[in-house]
Amino acid sequence: QPSGFSSLSSCRRINRNKNNKMGFSRFVEVGRVVLITYGPSAGKLATVIDIVDQNKCLVDGPEEITGVSRQVISYSRIQLTDLKVNIQRNARAKTLKAALKEADTMAKWEGSEWAKKLAAKSKRASLSDFDRFKVMLAKKQKSKIIAQKIKE
Amino acid sequence: VAGGLCPSSLSPATMPHMTRGGVKLYQVVGRKAPTEADPKPPAYRMKLFAPNEVIARSRFWYFMHQYRNMKKTTGEILDVNEIREKDPRTIKNYGLWLRYDSRSGTHNMYREYRALKLTKAVDAMYSEMAGRHRTRPRSVQIIRSAVVADEDVKRPNTLQFLEANRAKFPLPHRIQRAPSKKMRSTFLARRPSTHFN
Repeated sequence: QPSGFSSLSSCRRINRNKNNKMGFSRFVEVGRVVLITYGPSAGKLATVIDIVDQNKCLVDGPEEITGVSRQVISYSRIQLTDLKVNIQRNARAKTLKAALKEADTMAKWEGSEWAKKLAAKSKRASLSDFDRFKVMLAKKQKSKIIAQKIKE
Repeated sequence: VAGGLCPSSLSPATMPHMTRGGVKLYQVVGRKAPTEADPKPPAYRMKLFAPNEVIARSRFWYFMHQYRNMKKTTGEILDVNEIREKDPRTIKNYGLWLRYDSRSGTHNMYREYRALKLTKAVDAMYSEMAGRHRTRPRSVQIIRSAVVADEDVKRPNTLQFLEANRAKFPLPHRIQRAPSKKMRSTFLARRPSTHFN
């Protein structure tokens, strides 16, 4: 099955906009929370404060919360998330921080499947040899239980 | 091409590779050297874009001997200062009035750019002129540069991103970029998905 199909169907589930003929639910707009995927801030969240043009936007962590300083960043370096914050264009760091807190965005992000997958990936990459041994034992136990169930 | 003088291009109308590293805004003040006949010549101030102070001084004389009766040998530069952006935190609309040489003549142009700093807008202008019109930085003279208020913006491309128009758009055809050069792969087992919305 072509890889595009599954993401389209999951998109329709998230989409709450009734007029959405194009099927997009994530937009570049003021307040959109984005994940930075390239550069020194890779792996960190930021919010779009303002849009420069069709290739780049102004983004802020805010620095206190996510470690991303206020900067212009290209869309090729970010990925849009489902989360959005209610802020005005060019919001100051203080306002942004308050808005994020009110919407509890960081907690929502941490609870999302995307964030969990990223966390699992980074955990797996940082395992020590002993941890990998423990993983192997756990996998063996799991497959033993499954095999038993199948037998029954 | 090294970021310095190209021996083959040393002529009065040329400029060393101007855009490497981006331009800065300099204020250069100079005057004709005082003589017995004219002990207090008027000083002229020029704001120009150059990658460094050395080129700023050079460009000062380039323009001054075109518009006033003075040149480097008969004059002196009193002061060179870099002008930093006063407000590098808000996006502004910059209008740039240029004069450039094309292959068959010289023309005036007005271009608009949205950027945080004037120098970034000027960098974008040089890149865009090179891309769209094949003009080299040496062929471009900036007549005037200014912050343009939202009401006075002319170009439709700039207009669509103004605050009043509340731009909101998806990123339809996303081509994924590896987070680092090391993680780039030349071949993939499956065709990558481009739909992330």
